[in-house]
Amino acid sequence: MPVFSKKISWDLFFSFITAAASLTIIIFIGGILIVLVSESSLAIGKFGFLKFLTSTAWNPVTSEFGAATSIYGTFLTTIIALIIAIPIAIGIAIFVTEIAPNFLKGPIGGAIELLAAIPSIIYGMWGLFTLAPIMSKYIEPALQNTLGKLPVLEILFKGTPLGIDIFTASIILSIMIIPFTASISRDAFNLTPNVVKESAYAIGATKWEVVKNVVLPYSKLGVFGGAALSLGRALGETMAVAFVLGNNHKIATSLFDAASTITVTLANEFAEADSDIYLSSLYYLALVLFVLSFAILAIAKFFLLKAEKRYSR
Amino acid sequence: MNVEKKRKIEGIIALSLSGLAAAGGLFWLVYILADVLIHGIGALRLSLFINDPAPAGSDGGGLRNAFVGQLLITLVATLIGVPIGVLGGTFLAEYARGKKIARLISILSDIMVSVPSIVVGAFVYAILVRPLHHFSGWAGALALAIIMIPVVLRTTEDMLSLVPWTVREAAFALGAPYYKVIIQVVYRGAATGILTGVLLSLARVAGETAPLLFTSFNNNFFSSNMNGPIASLTVTIFQYAMGPYKTWHAQAWAASLVITLFVLALTILGRLALKWRYKR
Repeated sequence: MPVFSKKISWDLFFSFITAAASLTIIIFIGGILIVLVSESSLAIGKFGFLKFLTSTAWNPVTSEFGAATSIYGTFLTTIIALIIAIPIAIGIAIFVTEIAPNFLKGPIGGAIELLAAIPSIIYGMWGLFTLAPIMSKYIEPALQNTLGKLPVLEILFKGTPLGIDIFTASIILSIMIIPFTASISRDAFNLTPNVVKESAYAIGATKWEVVKNVVLPYSKLGVFGGAALSLGRALGETMAVAFVLGNNHKIATSLFDAASTITVTLANEFAEADSDIYLSSLYYLALVLFVLSFAILAIAKFFLLKAEKRYSR
Repeated sequence: MNVEKKRKIEGIIALSLSGLAAAGGLFWLVYILADVLIHGIGALRLSLFINDPAPAGSDGGGLRNAFVGQLLITLVATLIGVPIGVLGGTFLAEYARGKKIARLISILSDIMVSVPSIVVGAFVYAILVRPLHHFSGWAGALALAIIMIPVVLRTTEDMLSLVPWTVREAAFALGAPYYKVIIQVVYRGAATGILTGVLLSLARVAGETAPLLFTSFNNNFFSSNMNGPIASLTVTIFQYAMGPYKTWHAQAWAASLVITLFVLALTILGRLALKWRYKR
């Protein structure tokens, strides 16, 4: 009998350890939230909630801080990146699942997934030394000379094209999230049952009609979840944009202006914040970013789970 | 006839556009890799690995401090992150299998995988750097470990779930207690998968910069003291690339190449191991 009870206690011990290990996830998420709130309490008390989110001030000298410029930059770069990336990613997914010959499917899919593994700092290096000069020399002047001449659009293309601006940052972000969105879309497309596709072919649909009317509607939940997941990732991307955005706190109207995102502000100013209110405001920014990206990622996860449930029936 | 032709042409246009998207997307991505390779190889020489940095702006010198620092930080992060991740995944897939708490933690760690890493850096700064009044390698390692844990945990959970339940029943029937079944039977069945998770989490963490910026900070001198600021490859790349000197830029490219190759090798190795094990 003593041997038996000893075995049971070992089992209890092991289950206790594993439970504790898995609870670290909850501890970290809760801990991050608590620490961010308590560290930013000074700024929350001084600037309030709405005032902080809507104020465009960012002045360490007079200790006036507002999140509007950083939030604006974050959303602007992310949305432009998504507008560029999603059609391309869906195109890649269509190509990989429907068009490419079988011997190419594996390698292309694998290559895309591999490229999602490249660290963001590499994208940043490439953006600073290779893409930015190309943008400032060729692409941005060309855009200014064509679209920039149009009456309303001109405001988007004003200024000196330096290559260190919103446009370049958005393009790098879009290149970063293409593999990500593409591989989730591909998985979603692959979940379309062959029977459904075959019946569409049987009534004479062309390949494009099958993709457009069968595969895309069938997998839209998954694709939407993938896009939301990319949005959540892009919001928190730091190093790829830190190199090419210029950390400039203002509401820029031109795509060729330097700007700032929450992450870039944190990366550039955190270690040199010299007053308590400055550091506290940076923590406040981090809190806004954490809550935003957590909410978006949760929504994305919700859609992906819903998609999974629906197709696994 | 006319409608049919229209449908056919529409199809051809749409499909060639998606082909173009694929070609375009792949082009940019391959361009980045080729660019890193070309710039990096030119600056890659033995002195990079065995010399410490020369005074700013002068020729020569290497990044020995950054390589050593990166290895130390990553090693400690792995020692913290992998056991916690594997044990946590074990709880989700074994003791709490099918329970609500397992589902919740599983979803939370999926979200945690994508949470901005710079926020993790800010968190560690508040709990480990500011109270002690100095940057430290330990803080950097903790930040990386926090990023590693959800990755390892989720892969472990998935891989343990792949081990058939009947295998456990066979072991139970021999009178083995659950913890022995897990350690001696289930872990063996899922060893390759767990290893893949570890490799992929290493790949993820090796290229992280943002969480190190204000935890392990940077150090221009050689240091293996985890209790003080310590250099890492990624932060050094950031500093050197933003700096004004040509030699710095060249060394940043070389370091980028090393990191890229390391990360890609780990990723490929992980995927091959998985493929070989599960013949997918």
